[in-house]
Amino acid sequence: MTTPHQDTTLFAPAGQALGARRAALLTTRHWVWAGVLAVAVVLPFVFQGFVVFQLTEVMIYGLAILGLNLLTGFNGQFSVGHGAFYGLGAYVTAILMQRYGVAYYWTVPAAGGVCFAVGALFGLPALRLQGLYLALATFALAVALPQLLKFHGLEDWTGGVQGIVVDQPDVPGFLPIDTDQWLYYFTLAVVLAMFAGAANLVKSRTGRAIMAIRDHPIAAAAMGVNEPLYKTLTFGVSALYTGVAGALGALAVQFVAPDSFSLFLSINFLVGLILGGMGSLPGCLFGGLFVLYVPNIAESVSRGLAGAIYGVIMLLVIFVMPSGAAGFTRLAFAYVARWRDR
Amino acid sequence: MMLEIADLEAFYGEQQALFGVGFNLEAGHVRTLLGANGAGKTTVLRALCGIVRTGGEIRFDGKSINGWATEDIVRLGVAHVPEGRGTFVRLTVEENLRLGAITRRDHAAIAADIEQIYHHFPRLKERQTQQAGLLSGGEQQMLAVGRGLMLRPRLMLLDEPSFGLAPLVVEELFGILRQVNRDTGVAMLIVEQNAALALELAEHAYLLETGRIVMDGPSEAIAADEAVRRAYLGY
Amino acid sequence: MQLLLQQVMAGLANGAIYALVALAVVMIYQAIDHLNFAQGEMATFSAYVAWQLIAWGTPYWLAFVAVVILSFIGGVATERILFKPLHNASILANLVAFIALFSILNSGDGYLWDYTIKTFPSPFGTKPLFGSVLIDAHEAGMIGVTAVMLGLIYLFFRGTRLGLAMRAAAANPESARLVGIRVGWMTALGWGIAAAIGGVAGMLIAPIVFLDPNMMFGVLLYGFAGAVLGGLTSPAGAVLGGFAVGVIENLAGTFIPYFGRDLKLTIALLVIVAVLMVRPAGIFGRSVVSRV
Repeated sequence: MTTPHQDTTLFAPAGQALGARRAALLTTRHWVWAGVLAVAVVLPFVFQGFVVFQLTEVMIYGLAILGLNLLTGFNGQFSVGHGAFYGLGAYVTAILMQRYGVAYYWTVPAAGGVCFAVGALFGLPALRLQGLYLALATFALAVALPQLLKFHGLEDWTGGVQGIVVDQPDVPGFLPIDTDQWLYYFTLAVVLAMFAGAANLVKSRTGRAIMAIRDHPIAAAAMGVNEPLYKTLTFGVSALYTGVAGALGALAVQFVAPDSFSLFLSINFLVGLILGGMGSLPGCLFGGLFVLYVPNIAESVSRGLAGAIYGVIMLLVIFVMPSGAAGFTRLAFAYVARWRDR
Repeated sequence: MMLEIADLEAFYGEQQALFGVGFNLEAGHVRTLLGANGAGKTTVLRALCGIVRTGGEIRFDGKSINGWATEDIVRLGVAHVPEGRGTFVRLTVEENLRLGAITRRDHAAIAADIEQIYHHFPRLKERQTQQAGLLSGGEQQMLAVGRGLMLRPRLMLLDEPSFGLAPLVVEELFGILRQVNRDTGVAMLIVEQNAALALELAEHAYLLETGRIVMDGPSEAIAADEAVRRAYLGY
Repeated sequence: MQLLLQQVMAGLANGAIYALVALAVVMIYQAIDHLNFAQGEMATFSAYVAWQLIAWGTPYWLAFVAVVILSFIGGVATERILFKPLHNASILANLVAFIALFSILNSGDGYLWDYTIKTFPSPFGTKPLFGSVLIDAHEAGMIGVTAVMLGLIYLFFRGTRLGLAMRAAAANPESARLVGIRVGWMTALGWGIAAAIGGVAGMLIAPIVFLDPNMMFGVLLYGFAGAVLGGLTSPAGAVLGGFAVGVIENLAGTFIPYFGRDLKLTIALLVIVAVLMVRPAGIFGRSVVSRV
């Protein structure tokens, strides 16, 4: 079985010698991104409220999956527990807003900070665990969070089984849009910034160190890469990303409850990551799309067999695209390039 | 003629590694494949075992084995001692040897064969019940050769048997190979970087360069060749 | 003291279930070199098939044997149809297949047999064993069956040529091919055996926890934890690990009441993670030394 391979991201590294062909491709990619951005900005005016909400959710899940991607796709550390960081971020937002009256936009970085700390702390003992055993530890995390949230000793803060209702964020007065649209743009801004941050990280020396640890930890250590430091930091950053997604999710849904953040969420993130393509940044959005929409599609085909249909669709996708959507796209482009060279 | 190869091509994905290699091997004979790193020597052995994608003709006992699965080729009596030994590290030494004979039906003879292997390699008998992964490089190589012999093969393919071994150990190993060839008549195709030793053991040699045979002849002739001596024998 | 003993015995009784599941997990791991996350669902499906046969009037032991055979065939078929096409893909692609299988079986169970809880008969009866209050006949029967299966499996893998071939195929498929082993079929066989073991586990567990589509979920968690605790390379260790998990879970629930009730599972998992810190390959596991 092959190890996950990194994506040549759509952001070409700076300082690389560019042939004329390469330069042309670079510009094409820039145009593609500009186009996508333009479409993204216009969408909330084309669609109705609920669809806008769903689009916001897609971005949020994509961001959550990006967090997992940083840890598993780029650093090779397995996690079946990222639902816990998502839930943690959501609850930080809910608690800060409802119990302490903090403005919603401050809760997002706060959620990130808390999750970074928790993630890094978790990453420390996790250094000793590999593969399956790390999976088990993260699994424990995923299972623990809902139980902790329901724990009667913490009920005053967490609202116990009933959860917390979150107030609607206010739209800044001078903008002529509704709440759904405002949340969409707010999310879009945060998600764009964080994706850009991730792309930067991946291209940097730190990013290369992180990937070196994934590909050949012994060689990396022999070259002076401080494995424990990077692995712990990556855990923290990964948790930060997913935690921020959780915070945005709490704002979008305006409700948090323990059972929304169960093990299944963690598994969904993992499925979304794999189907999108490990080590691919754009793939995360595909993953988010899949995980949000396909279960609904399955349910509309047959309520009783929804799970089975979801499973079958998953199988079809993985059979056709074993390296995820990103891998598939790469292959497709390679075929086109070879065909053009003939 | 036991083994006939003609116009052999081999591919790793899109990369072509062999470009029309051809040679024959008669039953009981020992031949060697020489060449620098990356010349394609290991690829030839892999092609013979069906591990890489091939084009061209491979015939064993007159039967075409193109596209055959590795395990089926092995069952014809072809033992491959791979690069890196391929030891079952979590299993014991004895289990590794028993695995060599796993496709044989003559159960009674297997125990006797294992004793014979221990006779050739006493150090293996000492470590009979130990985890094979704990053996030294030289011992693992002996184990790999022993495992290959347990098949009672008609053809043995050896990939760089001297790799990483101390000179004395290598001499011992090659001595045993010579003896086995004399006693049992098993044919051998040996891929080696240690040209001097290989040319002593084999009757006939082929020199590979970037996927093509560039020289083909009896070992004495190859060993005497000026260019070969300078490039591969160091004098 | 009396309470402690009682809880330990109760924990052991639960532990027998986890031990059985842990054994199945390790057996699969030995046979195919990774974990089968849909193990529990396959076991539940087997239990449902058994239930259906019995509901149609089949005598218990006939249904038992039939289900073991059917589970074996089902396991082989699942491997050949679902996982053979993916054997060149990454571990994570296979993981998706496992998750999909889980989803399909779980949903299928609910669709075919609905979600009402069903009772499942026990071949051993439920009377207390020899009048003791600590353990009843069924639980004793389970422990007995676990012990017998462990023995048979040990003999199979250590003492037979086929068992050796299967171990080799799982440990090093390339080398296994070079000695003539048909690795694909070994993997399929491993799945078959594992599915059969799972079927037995399902039929023995159902009388205690009652039959519903999510029956094995919690149990599999604990079984998996037990297997990891004991060490994935050691069947005996897995069984002991399963029993240990049962006891830990019960003691935590009883003696740490403030946290215990709500966080039983969490505490059990935390204990296991703590053990893994100290012994990363599990208590009885053998860490493989890899040469660079």
